Amino acid sequence: MSLGTTTGRPPRGSVNRMIELRDLTKRYGRTTAVDRLTLTVRPGHVTGFLGPNGAGKSTTLRLVLGLHRPTSGTVTVDGTPFADRPRGLRHVGALLDAGDAHGGRSALAHLSALARSNGIPRARAVAVLREVGLADVARRRIGAFSLGMRQRLGIAAALLGDPPVLLFDEPFNGLDPEGVRWVRALFRRLAAEGRTVLVSSHLMSEMEQTADHLVVIGRGELIADESLAGFAARVGPAGVTVRTPDPAALTTVLRAEGGAVRAGADGSLVVGGLAAARIGDLACAGGIPLHELAPHTVSLEEAFMDLTADRVDYPAGGRR
Amino acid sequence: MSTATRPARTAHRTAAPPARFRDLLAAEWIKLWSLRSTYGSLAVITVSALLFSARAALADHRNWPDYSAERRAFFAPVGDAFPEEGWLFVVLAAGSVGAVMIASEYASGQIRTTFAAVPARRSVAAAKVVVLAAVMTAVGALASGGAFWLSQAILADRHAGASIADPGALRAVVASALLVPVCALAGLGIGALVRHTAPAIVTTTAVLLLLPLAFDTRHRWTAAVNHALPVPAWERLVEIVPFPNYDGWVATIPTSWTVFAGWSLTATLATLIALHHRDP
Repeated sequence: MSLGTTTGRPPRGSVNRMIELRDLTKRYGRTTAVDRLTLTVRPGHVTGFLGPNGAGKSTTLRLVLGLHRPTSGTVTVDGTPFADRPRGLRHVGALLDAGDAHGGRSALAHLSALARSNGIPRARAVAVLREVGLADVARRRIGAFSLGMRQRLGIAAALLGDPPVLLFDEPFNGLDPEGVRWVRALFRRLAAEGRTVLVSSHLMSEMEQTADHLVVIGRGELIADESLAGFAARVGPAGVTVRTPDPAALTTVLRAEGGAVRAGADGSLVVGGLAAARIGDLACAGGIPLHELAPHTVSLEEAFMDLTADRVDYPAGGRR
Repeated sequence: MSTATRPARTAHRTAAPPARFRDLLAAEWIKLWSLRSTYGSLAVITVSALLFSARAALADHRNWPDYSAERRAFFAPVGDAFPEEGWLFVVLAAGSVGAVMIASEYASGQIRTTFAAVPARRSVAAAKVVVLAAVMTAVGALASGGAFWLSQAILADRHAGASIADPGALRAVVASALLVPVCALAGLGIGALVRHTAPAIVTTTAVLLLLPLAFDTRHRWTAAVNHALPVPAWERLVEIVPFPNYDGWVATIPTSWTVFAGWSLTATLATLIALHHRDP
Protein backbone atom coordinates (compact mmCIF):
# COMPACT_ATOMS: atom_id res chain seq x y z
CA MET A 1 0.00 0.00 0.00
CA SER A 2 1.31 3.44 -0.88
CA LEU A 3 0.79 5.21 2.36
CA GLY A 4 -0.12 8.84 2.35
CA THR A 5 0.47 9.42 -1.33
CA THR A 6 -2.14 11.19 -3.35
CA THR A 7 -2.80 10.45 -6.95
CA GLY A 8 -1.68 13.60 -8.64
CA ARG A 9 -3.68 15.94 -6.48
CA PRO A 10 -1.67 17.68 -3.83
CA PRO A 11 -3.71 19.09 -0.96
CA ARG A 12 -4.73 22.59 -1.86
CA GLY A 13 -3.77 25.83 -0.17
CA SER A 14 -5.77 26.61 2.92
CA VAL A 15 -7.82 23.44 2.78
CA ASN A 16 -6.17 21.20 5.31
CA ARG A 17 -8.94 18.57 5.37
CA MET A 18 -7.94 17.50 8.84
CA ILE A 19 -10.23 16.51 11.66
CA GLU A 20 -8.82 18.10 14.78
CA LEU A 21 -9.96 17.26 18.29
CA ARG A 22 -8.61 19.38 21.15
CA ASP A 23 -9.30 18.24 24.72
CA LEU A 24 -12.67 17.05 23.50
CA THR A 25 -14.87 15.98 26.41
CA LYS A 26 -18.47 14.86 26.47
CA ARG A 27 -20.35 13.94 29.61
CA TYR A 28 -23.89 12.66 29.86
CA GLY A 29 -24.86 13.22 33.46
CA ARG A 30 -22.16 11.43 35.47
CA THR A 31 -20.99 9.29 32.57
CA THR A 32 -17.96 10.54 30.70
CA ALA A 33 -18.30 9.27 27.15
CA VAL A 34 -15.29 11.12 25.72
CA ASP A 35 -12.48 12.23 28.00
CA ARG A 36 -10.06 15.01 26.94
CA LEU A 37 -9.45 13.51 23.54
CA THR A 38 -6.76 15.29 21.52
CA LEU A 39 -6.27 13.92 18.08
CA THR A 40 -5.59 14.88 14.48
CA VAL A 41 -6.93 12.76 11.65
CA ARG A 42 -4.97 13.44 8.47
CA PRO A 43 -5.83 13.24 4.80
CA GLY A 44 -4.47 10.54 2.52
CA HIS A 45 -4.91 7.78 5.07
CA VAL A 46 -7.56 5.35 6.10
CA THR A 47 -7.56 5.90 9.84
CA GLY A 48 -8.99 3.04 11.84
CA PHE A 49 -10.85 4.22 14.93
CA LEU A 50 -10.84 1.33 17.36
CA GLY A 51 -12.17 0.65 20.77
CA PRO A 52 -14.33 -1.83 22.66
CA ASN A 53 -18.08 -1.40 22.79
CA GLY A 54 -18.96 1.74 24.69
CA ALA A 55 -15.48 3.25 24.28
CA GLY A 56 -16.92 6.50 22.91
CA LYS A 57 -16.33 6.01 19.19
CA SER A 58 -19.85 6.82 18.04
CA THR A 59 -20.08 9.74 20.45
CA THR A 60 -16.83 11.13 19.07
CA LEU A 61 -18.10 10.88 15.50
CA ARG A 62 -21.33 12.62 16.49
CA LEU A 63 -19.32 15.38 18.11
CA VAL A 64 -17.31 15.77 14.89
CA LEU A 65 -20.58 16.22 13.01
CA GLY A 66 -21.98 18.66 15.53
CA LEU A 67 -24.92 16.36 16.24
CA HIS A 68 -23.92 16.46 19.88
CA ARG A 69 -22.28 19.44 21.52
CA PRO A 70 -19.07 18.90 23.49
CA THR A 71 -19.09 19.50 27.24
CA SER A 72 -15.66 21.08 26.77
CA GLY A 73 -12.91 21.19 24.19
CA THR A 74 -13.24 21.72 20.45
CA VAL A 75 -13.50 19.70 17.29
CA THR A 76 -13.02 21.14 13.82
CA VAL A 77 -13.02 19.84 10.27
CA ASP A 78 -11.00 21.86 7.77
CA GLY A 79 -10.45 24.32 10.60
CA THR A 80 -14.15 25.01 11.14
CA PRO A 81 -16.63 23.51 13.58
CA PHE A 82 -18.90 21.44 11.34
CA ALA A 83 -22.08 22.79 12.95
CA ASP A 84 -21.15 26.29 11.69
CA ARG A 85 -21.54 25.23 8.08
CA PRO A 86 -24.98 25.84 6.57
CA ARG A 87 -24.69 22.72 4.37
CA GLY A 88 -22.58 19.69 5.10
CA LEU A 89 -22.49 17.11 2.34
CA ARG A 90 -19.73 18.76 0.30
CA HIS A 91 -17.51 19.01 3.37
CA VAL A 92 -18.03 15.77 5.28
CA GLY A 93 -19.74 12.57 4.17
CA ALA A 94 -20.84 10.32 7.00
CA LEU A 95 -22.33 6.91 7.60
CA LEU A 96 -23.22 6.94 11.27
CA ASP A 97 -25.76 4.15 11.51
CA ALA A 98 -27.19 2.13 8.67
CA GLY A 99 -30.60 2.58 10.28
CA ASP A 100 -30.51 6.38 10.05
CA ALA A 101 -33.02 6.55 7.19
CA HIS A 102 -36.81 6.60 7.16
CA GLY A 103 -37.95 3.07 6.27
CA GLY A 104 -41.00 4.32 4.41
CA ARG A 105 -39.05 6.03 1.63
CA SER A 106 -37.39 4.54 -1.42
CA ALA A 107 -33.61 4.64 -1.60
CA LEU A 108 -33.82 7.08 -4.50
CA ALA A 109 -36.24 9.43 -2.72
CA HIS A 110 -34.03 9.35 0.38
CA LEU A 111 -30.91 10.32 -1.57
CA SER A 112 -32.77 12.77 -3.83
CA ALA A 113 -34.00 14.72 -0.80
CA LEU A 114 -30.52 14.73 0.74
CA ALA A 115 -28.93 15.83 -2.54
CA ARG A 116 -31.50 18.55 -3.08
CA SER A 117 -31.00 19.99 0.40
CA ASN A 118 -27.35 20.60 -0.51
CA GLY A 119 -27.93 21.82 -4.05
CA ILE A 120 -26.52 18.62 -5.54
CA PRO A 121 -28.08 17.48 -8.84
CA ARG A 122 -30.41 14.48 -8.67
CA ALA A 123 -28.27 12.66 -11.24
CA ARG A 124 -25.63 12.36 -8.54
CA ALA A 125 -28.08 10.37 -6.36
CA VAL A 126 -28.57 7.94 -9.22
CA ALA A 127 -24.80 7.74 -9.76
CA VAL A 128 -23.94 6.90 -6.15
CA LEU A 129 -26.72 4.28 -6.02
CA ARG A 130 -25.10 2.66 -9.05
CA GLU A 131 -21.69 2.91 -7.44
CA VAL A 132 -22.78 1.06 -4.28
CA GLY A 133 -24.66 -1.56 -6.26
CA LEU A 134 -28.21 -0.53 -5.32
CA ALA A 135 -29.34 0.72 -8.74
CA ASP A 136 -31.74 -2.20 -9.17
CA VAL A 137 -33.51 -1.56 -5.87
CA ALA A 138 -33.47 2.25 -6.07
CA ARG A 139 -37.26 2.45 -5.97
CA ARG A 140 -37.77 -0.11 -3.21
CA ARG A 141 -38.66 0.99 0.28
CA ILE A 142 -35.66 1.20 2.60
CA GLY A 143 -37.69 -0.64 5.24
CA ALA A 144 -37.45 -3.77 3.08
CA PHE A 145 -33.63 -3.55 2.86
CA SER A 146 -31.27 -5.96 4.61
CA LEU A 147 -28.64 -4.53 6.97
CA GLY A 148 -25.98 -4.92 4.27
CA MET A 149 -28.11 -3.00 1.77
CA ARG A 150 -28.67 -0.24 4.32
CA GLN A 151 -24.92 -0.01 4.89
CA ARG A 152 -24.48 0.44 1.15
CA LEU A 153 -27.18 3.10 1.14
CA GLY A 154 -25.44 4.88 4.02
CA ILE A 155 -22.17 4.77 2.09
CA ALA A 156 -23.97 6.14 -0.97
CA ALA A 157 -25.24 9.05 1.14
CA ALA A 158 -21.70 9.70 2.42
CA LEU A 159 -20.38 9.86 -1.16
CA LEU A 160 -23.19 12.12 -2.38
CA GLY A 161 -21.40 15.43 -1.91
CA ASP A 162 -18.01 14.15 -3.14
CA PRO A 163 -16.57 15.33 0.20
CA PRO A 164 -12.88 15.61 1.16
CA VAL A 165 -13.57 14.12 4.60
CA LEU A 166 -15.48 10.88 5.20
CA LEU A 167 -16.61 9.22 8.44
CA PHE A 168 -17.85 5.66 8.67
CA ASP A 169 -19.16 4.17 11.92
CA GLU A 170 -18.95 0.35 11.91
CA PRO A 171 -19.42 0.14 8.13
CA PHE A 172 -18.69 -3.59 7.94
CA ASN A 173 -21.68 -4.70 10.01
CA GLY A 174 -24.03 -6.81 7.97
CA LEU A 175 -21.92 -6.81 4.80
CA ASP A 176 -21.26 -10.05 2.95
CA PRO A 177 -17.62 -10.99 2.16
CA GLU A 178 -17.85 -9.43 -1.30
CA GLY A 179 -19.24 -6.29 0.31
CA VAL A 180 -16.40 -6.18 2.85
CA ARG A 181 -13.81 -6.44 0.07
CA TRP A 182 -15.57 -3.76 -1.93
CA VAL A 183 -15.76 -1.39 1.04
CA ARG A 184 -12.06 -1.90 1.83
CA ALA A 185 -11.10 -1.10 -1.75
CA LEU A 186 -13.38 1.94 -1.70
CA PHE A 187 -11.82 3.29 1.51
CA ARG A 188 -8.30 2.84 0.16
CA ARG A 189 -9.23 4.55 -3.07
CA LEU A 190 -10.83 7.48 -1.24
CA ALA A 191 -7.68 7.86 0.87
CA ALA A 192 -5.46 7.56 -2.19
CA GLU A 193 -7.42 10.43 -3.73
CA GLY A 194 -6.20 12.54 -0.85
CA ARG A 195 -9.31 12.41 1.27
CA THR A 196 -9.46 12.00 5.02
CA VAL A 197 -11.12 8.68 5.83
CA LEU A 198 -12.02 7.77 9.41
CA VAL A 199 -13.48 4.30 9.93
CA SER A 200 -14.60 3.09 13.33
CA SER A 201 -14.73 -0.54 14.37
CA HIS A 202 -14.61 -2.67 17.48
CA LEU A 203 -12.79 -5.46 15.61
CA MET A 204 -9.07 -5.19 14.93
CA SER A 205 -9.35 -7.94 12.33
CA GLU A 206 -11.46 -5.62 10.18
CA MET A 207 -9.00 -2.76 10.52
CA GLU A 208 -5.89 -4.83 9.90
CA GLN A 209 -6.66 -5.08 6.21
CA THR A 210 -8.29 -1.68 5.82
CA ALA A 211 -6.52 1.00 7.80
CA ASP A 212 -2.97 2.26 7.59
CA HIS A 213 -3.24 4.39 10.69
CA LEU A 214 -4.79 3.44 13.99
CA VAL A 215 -6.44 5.43 16.72
CA VAL A 216 -7.42 3.34 19.73
CA ILE A 217 -9.64 4.62 22.51
CA GLY A 218 -11.06 3.00 25.62
CA ARG A 219 -13.54 4.54 28.02
CA GLY A 220 -13.34 7.79 26.11
CA GLU A 221 -9.56 8.13 26.48
CA LEU A 222 -6.88 7.92 23.82
CA ILE A 223 -4.80 4.73 24.14
CA ALA A 224 -2.86 4.67 20.88
CA ASP A 225 -2.42 6.89 17.83
CA GLU A 226 0.11 5.44 15.42
CA SER A 227 0.59 3.79 12.05
CA LEU A 228 -0.53 0.22 11.58
CA ALA A 229 3.09 -0.72 10.85
CA GLY A 230 4.23 0.92 14.08
CA PHE A 231 1.54 -0.85 16.05
CA ALA A 232 2.51 -4.19 14.50
CA ALA A 233 6.21 -3.60 15.24
CA ARG A 234 5.42 -2.88 18.87
CA VAL A 235 3.65 -6.20 19.10
CA GLY A 236 6.61 -8.17 17.73
CA PRO A 237 7.13 -11.94 17.63
CA ALA A 238 5.91 -13.83 20.65
CA GLY A 239 8.12 -16.91 20.50
CA VAL A 240 8.97 -20.12 18.71
CA THR A 241 7.36 -23.49 19.33
CA VAL A 242 9.86 -26.36 19.16
CA ARG A 243 9.21 -30.10 19.29
CA THR A 244 12.05 -32.55 19.88
CA PRO A 245 12.43 -36.13 21.23
CA ASP A 246 15.14 -34.81 23.58
CA PRO A 247 13.76 -31.67 25.25
CA ALA A 248 16.21 -31.73 28.15
CA ALA A 249 19.28 -31.53 25.88
CA LEU A 250 17.76 -28.81 23.69
CA THR A 251 16.72 -26.77 26.72
CA THR A 252 20.32 -26.83 28.02
CA VAL A 253 21.74 -25.76 24.66
CA LEU A 254 19.21 -22.95 24.17
CA ARG A 255 19.53 -21.59 27.70
CA ALA A 256 23.28 -21.48 27.24
CA GLU A 257 22.65 -19.16 24.29
CA GLY A 258 20.37 -16.87 26.31
CA GLY A 259 17.02 -18.31 25.21
CA ALA A 260 14.01 -18.30 27.54
CA VAL A 261 12.61 -21.81 27.43
CA ARG A 262 9.39 -23.03 28.97
CA ALA A 263 7.24 -26.09 28.49
CA GLY A 264 4.45 -25.71 26.00
CA ALA A 265 1.42 -27.88 25.33
CA ASP A 266 1.86 -31.68 24.88
CA GLY A 267 5.59 -31.89 25.31
CA SER A 268 6.60 -28.97 23.10
CA LEU A 269 8.90 -26.13 24.15
CA VAL A 270 8.18 -22.45 23.73
CA VAL A 271 11.34 -20.44 23.24
CA GLY A 272 11.68 -16.71 23.59
CA GLY A 273 14.63 -14.45 22.82
CA LEU A 274 15.99 -16.56 19.95
CA ALA A 275 14.98 -16.54 16.30
CA ALA A 276 13.69 -19.75 14.75
CA ALA A 277 16.73 -19.99 12.43
CA ARG A 278 19.17 -19.68 15.33
CA ILE A 279 17.31 -22.42 17.27
CA GLY A 280 17.50 -24.71 14.23
CA ASP A 281 21.22 -24.03 13.81
CA LEU A 282 21.93 -24.69 17.50
CA ALA A 283 19.96 -27.96 17.45
CA CYS A 284 21.82 -29.07 14.35
CA ALA A 285 25.19 -28.22 15.86
CA GLY A 286 24.26 -30.17 19.01
CA GLY A 287 23.00 -33.15 17.01
CA ILE A 288 19.52 -32.83 18.50
CA PRO A 289 16.72 -33.84 16.12
CA LEU A 290 13.85 -31.36 15.65
CA HIS A 291 10.31 -32.46 14.74
CA GLU A 292 8.78 -29.01 14.64
CA LEU A 293 10.06 -25.45 14.54
CA ALA A 294 7.28 -22.87 14.33
CA PRO A 295 7.62 -19.15 15.02
CA HIS A 296 4.38 -17.44 15.96
CA THR A 297 3.44 -13.83 16.40
CA VAL A 298 0.86 -12.25 18.60
CA SER A 299 -1.97 -11.17 16.32
CA LEU A 300 -2.92 -7.52 16.21
CA GLU A 301 -6.24 -8.63 17.59
CA GLU A 302 -4.53 -10.03 20.69
CA ALA A 303 -2.41 -6.92 21.05
CA PHE A 304 -5.55 -4.79 20.78
CA MET A 305 -7.25 -6.92 23.42
CA ASP A 306 -4.25 -6.55 25.73
CA LEU A 307 -4.16 -2.82 25.17
CA THR A 308 -7.82 -2.31 25.97
CA ALA A 309 -8.26 -5.10 28.51
CA ASP A 310 -8.47 -2.78 31.50
CA ARG A 311 -10.81 -0.40 29.69
CA VAL A 312 -13.55 -2.73 28.58
CA ASP A 313 -16.89 -1.53 29.88
CA TYR A 314 -18.85 -4.69 29.32
CA PRO A 315 -16.53 -7.73 29.73
CA ALA A 316 -18.18 -11.10 29.33
CA GLY A 317 -18.08 -13.19 32.53
CA GLY A 318 -17.16 -10.29 34.79
CA ARG A 319 -14.17 -7.99 34.91
CA ARG A 320 -10.75 -9.53 34.50
CA MET B 1 -17.62 2.89 -10.78
CA SER B 2 -14.43 4.88 -10.93
CA THR B 3 -16.07 7.80 -12.70
CA ALA B 4 -18.81 8.23 -10.13
CA THR B 5 -16.61 9.38 -7.27
CA ARG B 6 -13.93 11.40 -8.90
CA PRO B 7 -11.68 13.28 -6.54
CA ALA B 8 -13.15 16.42 -5.09
CA ARG B 9 -11.58 18.85 -7.52
CA THR B 10 -11.00 22.47 -6.74
CA ALA B 11 -13.39 23.51 -9.45
CA HIS B 12 -16.05 21.19 -8.19
CA ARG B 13 -15.82 22.43 -4.63
CA THR B 14 -15.50 26.12 -5.31
CA ALA B 15 -18.47 25.78 -7.65
CA ALA B 16 -20.59 24.63 -4.72
CA PRO B 17 -23.80 26.65 -4.82
CA PRO B 18 -24.62 28.97 -1.94
CA ALA B 19 -26.83 27.60 0.81
CA ARG B 20 -30.31 28.35 -0.53
CA PHE B 21 -33.42 28.07 1.60
CA ARG B 22 -35.46 26.96 -1.39
CA ASP B 23 -33.25 23.86 -1.69
CA LEU B 24 -34.36 22.93 1.81
CA LEU B 25 -38.00 23.57 0.84
CA ALA B 26 -37.57 21.29 -2.17
CA ALA B 27 -35.94 18.60 0.00
CA GLU B 28 -38.81 18.70 2.53
CA TRP B 29 -41.27 18.63 -0.37
CA ILE B 30 -39.62 15.44 -1.69
CA LYS B 31 -39.60 13.92 1.80
CA LEU B 32 -43.29 14.71 2.39
CA TRP B 33 -44.45 13.27 -0.91
CA SER B 34 -42.29 10.15 -0.73
CA LEU B 35 -44.19 8.77 2.27
CA ARG B 36 -47.34 6.77 1.73
CA SER B 37 -48.84 7.98 4.99
CA THR B 38 -49.02 11.50 3.53
CA TYR B 39 -51.31 10.36 0.73
CA GLY B 40 -53.47 8.40 3.17
CA SER B 41 -53.88 11.34 5.54
CA LEU B 42 -54.60 13.84 2.78
CA ALA B 43 -57.19 11.44 1.34
CA VAL B 44 -58.83 11.16 4.76
CA ILE B 45 -58.98 14.95 5.00
CA THR B 46 -60.60 15.59 1.63
CA VAL B 47 -62.82 12.50 1.50
CA SER B 48 -64.22 12.88 5.02
CA ALA B 49 -64.80 16.61 4.49
CA LEU B 50 -66.78 15.95 1.30
CA LEU B 51 -68.64 12.82 2.43
CA PHE B 52 -69.82 14.13 5.79
CA SER B 53 -70.95 17.46 4.35
CA ALA B 54 -72.85 15.64 1.60
CA ARG B 55 -74.45 13.37 4.19
CA ALA B 56 -75.54 16.31 6.38
CA ALA B 57 -76.91 18.21 3.37
CA LEU B 58 -78.74 15.14 2.07
CA ALA B 59 -80.38 14.61 5.47
CA ASP B 60 -81.71 18.19 5.51
CA HIS B 61 -82.69 17.86 1.87
CA ARG B 62 -84.72 14.75 2.67
CA ASN B 63 -86.36 16.16 5.80
CA TRP B 64 -86.94 19.67 4.44
CA PRO B 65 -90.65 19.18 3.62
CA ASP B 66 -91.29 18.17 7.25
CA TYR B 67 -89.52 21.20 8.77
CA SER B 68 -91.73 23.79 10.46
CA ALA B 69 -91.67 27.39 9.28
CA GLU B 70 -89.80 28.38 12.45
CA ARG B 71 -87.15 25.71 11.89
CA ARG B 72 -86.70 26.76 8.28
CA ALA B 73 -86.26 30.36 9.43
CA PHE B 74 -83.48 29.34 11.86
CA PHE B 75 -81.89 26.84 9.45
CA ALA B 76 -78.15 27.52 8.93
CA PRO B 77 -77.17 25.90 5.63
CA VAL B 78 -73.45 26.60 6.16
CA GLY B 79 -73.58 24.24 9.14
CA ASP B 80 -74.16 21.36 6.74
CA ALA B 81 -70.88 22.13 5.00
CA PHE B 82 -68.87 21.67 8.18
CA PRO B 83 -70.54 19.03 10.37
CA GLU B 84 -68.42 18.47 13.44
CA GLU B 85 -68.45 14.66 13.26
CA GLY B 86 -66.81 14.81 9.85
CA TRP B 87 -64.30 17.52 10.66
CA LEU B 88 -63.04 15.60 13.67
CA PHE B 89 -61.59 13.18 11.12
CA VAL B 90 -60.05 16.13 9.32
CA VAL B 91 -58.51 17.40 12.57
CA LEU B 92 -57.19 13.94 13.41
CA ALA B 93 -55.59 13.41 10.00
CA ALA B 94 -54.15 16.93 9.78
CA GLY B 95 -52.62 16.71 13.25
CA SER B 96 -51.14 13.31 12.39
CA VAL B 97 -49.44 14.56 9.22
CA GLY B 98 -47.67 17.24 11.23
CA ALA B 99 -46.75 14.93 14.10
CA VAL B 100 -45.46 12.19 11.77
CA MET B 101 -43.45 14.66 9.67
CA ILE B 102 -41.04 15.32 12.50
CA ALA B 103 -41.51 12.50 15.04
CA SER B 104 -40.93 9.71 12.52
CA GLU B 105 -37.72 11.45 11.49
CA TYR B 106 -36.47 11.30 15.07
CA ALA B 107 -37.80 7.81 15.70
CA SER B 108 -36.12 6.37 12.60
CA GLY B 109 -32.78 8.13 13.09
CA GLN B 110 -33.30 9.97 9.80
CA ILE B 111 -32.85 13.23 11.70
CA ARG B 112 -29.11 12.52 12.18
CA THR B 113 -28.72 12.07 8.43
CA THR B 114 -30.70 15.26 7.88
CA PHE B 115 -28.63 17.33 10.31
CA ALA B 116 -25.34 15.89 9.06
CA ALA B 117 -26.36 17.08 5.59
CA VAL B 118 -27.75 20.41 6.83
CA PRO B 119 -26.11 21.49 10.09
CA ALA B 120 -28.26 24.67 10.06
CA ARG B 121 -31.00 23.10 12.14
CA ARG B 122 -33.26 26.14 12.36
CA SER B 123 -33.32 26.32 8.57
CA VAL B 124 -34.42 22.68 8.47
CA ALA B 125 -37.16 23.43 10.99
CA ALA B 126 -38.29 26.52 9.07
CA ALA B 127 -38.41 24.56 5.81
CA LYS B 128 -40.59 21.91 7.45
CA VAL B 129 -42.96 24.57 8.79
CA VAL B 130 -43.27 26.32 5.43
CA VAL B 131 -43.79 23.15 3.38
CA LEU B 132 -46.27 21.69 5.85
CA ALA B 133 -48.25 24.94 6.19
CA ALA B 134 -48.38 25.46 2.41
CA VAL B 135 -49.44 21.91 1.56
CA MET B 136 -52.01 21.73 4.35
CA THR B 137 -53.47 25.13 3.48
CA ALA B 138 -53.95 23.98 -0.11
CA VAL B 139 -55.53 20.71 1.02
CA GLY B 140 -57.65 22.58 3.58
CA ALA B 141 -58.88 24.99 0.90
CA LEU B 142 -59.76 22.08 -1.34
CA ALA B 143 -61.60 20.22 1.44
CA SER B 144 -63.35 23.28 2.80
CA GLY B 145 -64.29 24.80 -0.57
CA GLY B 146 -65.39 21.40 -1.87
CA ALA B 147 -67.50 20.67 1.20
CA PHE B 148 -69.17 24.09 0.99
CA TRP B 149 -69.90 23.81 -2.72
CA LEU B 150 -71.17 20.23 -2.50
CA SER B 151 -73.47 20.75 0.49
CA GLN B 152 -74.91 24.03 -0.78
CA ALA B 153 -75.50 22.53 -4.23
CA ILE B 154 -77.54 19.77 -2.61
CA LEU B 155 -79.49 22.25 -0.46
CA ALA B 156 -80.05 24.58 -3.42
CA ASP B 157 -82.46 21.98 -4.71
CA ARG B 158 -84.71 23.00 -1.76
CA HIS B 159 -83.84 26.69 -2.26
CA ALA B 160 -82.14 26.47 1.14
CA GLY B 161 -78.50 26.71 0.06
CA ALA B 162 -76.21 29.55 1.08
CA SER B 163 -74.05 31.66 -1.20
CA ILE B 164 -70.43 32.40 -0.36
CA ALA B 165 -71.53 36.06 -0.23
CA ASP B 166 -73.98 35.34 2.61
CA PRO B 167 -73.03 36.69 6.03
CA GLY B 168 -70.49 34.44 7.71
CA ALA B 169 -70.24 31.97 4.84
CA LEU B 170 -66.82 33.07 3.63
CA ARG B 171 -65.59 33.22 7.22
CA ALA B 172 -66.70 29.61 7.75
CA VAL B 173 -65.00 28.43 4.57
CA VAL B 174 -61.73 30.24 5.36
CA ALA B 175 -61.75 29.09 8.99
CA SER B 176 -62.31 25.48 7.94
CA ALA B 177 -59.54 25.70 5.35
CA LEU B 178 -57.14 27.17 7.91
CA LEU B 179 -58.09 24.64 10.58
CA VAL B 180 -56.12 22.07 8.56
CA PRO B 181 -52.71 23.85 8.64
CA VAL B 182 -53.31 25.01 12.23
CA CYS B 183 -53.84 21.40 13.38
CA ALA B 184 -50.92 20.18 11.26
CA LEU B 185 -48.58 22.79 12.77
CA ALA B 186 -49.81 21.88 16.27
CA GLY B 187 -48.93 18.27 15.43
CA LEU B 188 -45.50 19.37 14.15
CA GLY B 189 -44.75 21.29 17.34
CA ILE B 190 -45.88 18.41 19.53
CA GLY B 191 -43.92 15.94 17.38
CA ALA B 192 -40.77 18.06 17.77
CA LEU B 193 -41.17 17.93 21.55
CA VAL B 194 -42.25 14.29 21.92
CA ARG B 195 -40.01 12.81 19.15
CA HIS B 196 -41.63 9.36 19.06
CA THR B 197 -44.20 8.68 16.39
CA ALA B 198 -47.02 6.96 18.27
CA PRO B 199 -46.85 9.11 21.43
CA ALA B 200 -46.71 12.22 19.23
CA ILE B 201 -49.91 11.24 17.40
CA VAL B 202 -51.67 10.35 20.66
CA THR B 203 -50.62 13.62 22.31
CA THR B 204 -51.68 15.64 19.29
CA THR B 205 -55.07 13.91 19.23
CA ALA B 206 -55.51 14.47 22.96
CA VAL B 207 -54.67 18.17 22.70
CA LEU B 208 -56.80 18.84 19.63
CA LEU B 209 -59.82 16.61 20.28
CA LEU B 210 -59.95 15.57 23.94
CA LEU B 211 -58.85 18.73 25.70
CA PRO B 212 -61.92 20.72 24.52
CA LEU B 213 -64.12 18.06 26.16
CA ALA B 214 -62.30 18.46 29.47
CA PHE B 215 -62.98 22.21 29.67
CA ASP B 216 -66.62 23.19 29.43
CA THR B 217 -67.87 26.71 28.72
CA ARG B 218 -70.16 27.05 31.73
CA HIS B 219 -67.49 28.46 34.03
CA ARG B 220 -65.40 31.45 33.21
CA TRP B 221 -61.97 29.88 33.65
CA THR B 222 -62.67 26.55 31.97
CA ALA B 223 -64.31 28.53 29.16
CA ALA B 224 -61.13 30.60 28.79
CA VAL B 225 -59.10 27.40 28.26
CA ASN B 226 -61.75 25.98 25.94
CA HIS B 227 -61.79 29.14 23.83
CA ALA B 228 -57.99 29.07 23.55
CA LEU B 229 -58.05 25.67 21.81
CA PRO B 230 -58.07 25.43 18.02
CA VAL B 231 -61.12 23.17 17.53
CA PRO B 232 -63.47 25.26 19.74
CA ALA B 233 -62.13 28.37 17.97
CA TRP B 234 -62.99 26.78 14.62
CA GLU B 235 -66.48 25.85 15.90
CA ARG B 236 -67.03 29.49 16.83
CA LEU B 237 -65.84 30.71 13.42
CA VAL B 238 -68.13 28.41 11.40
CA GLU B 239 -71.14 29.16 13.61
CA ILE B 240 -73.45 31.45 11.67
CA VAL B 241 -76.49 31.55 13.95
CA PRO B 242 -75.72 31.11 17.68
CA PHE B 243 -77.81 28.58 19.52
CA PRO B 244 -80.77 30.31 21.15
CA ASN B 245 -80.77 30.35 24.96
CA TYR B 246 -77.12 29.22 25.14
CA ASP B 247 -75.99 29.67 28.75
CA GLY B 248 -72.21 29.23 28.36
CA TRP B 249 -69.46 31.75 27.69
CA VAL B 250 -68.97 32.56 24.01
CA ALA B 251 -65.65 33.65 22.49
CA THR B 252 -65.55 36.63 20.13
CA ILE B 253 -64.73 36.16 16.45
CA PRO B 254 -61.46 38.14 16.67
CA THR B 255 -60.43 36.05 19.69
CA SER B 256 -61.01 32.88 17.69
CA TRP B 257 -58.89 34.12 14.80
CA THR B 258 -56.20 35.05 17.30
CA VAL B 259 -56.29 31.51 18.68
CA PHE B 260 -55.60 30.16 15.18
CA ALA B 261 -52.67 32.53 14.78
CA GLY B 262 -51.40 31.89 18.28
CA TRP B 263 -51.31 28.11 17.86
CA SER B 264 -49.55 28.38 14.51
CA LEU B 265 -46.96 30.76 15.88
CA THR B 266 -46.38 28.83 19.09
CA ALA B 267 -46.05 25.54 17.24
CA THR B 268 -43.58 27.10 14.79
CA LEU B 269 -41.46 28.49 17.62
CA ALA B 270 -41.59 25.19 19.51
CA THR B 271 -40.38 23.38 16.38
CA LEU B 272 -37.55 25.85 15.76
CA ILE B 273 -36.37 25.81 19.36
CA ALA B 274 -36.72 22.06 19.89
CA LEU B 275 -34.86 21.14 16.71
CA HIS B 276 -32.10 23.62 17.38
CA HIS B 277 -31.44 22.90 21.02
CA ARG B 278 -32.11 19.21 21.54
CA ASP B 279 -29.44 16.91 20.19
CA PRO B 280 -30.68 14.02 18.08
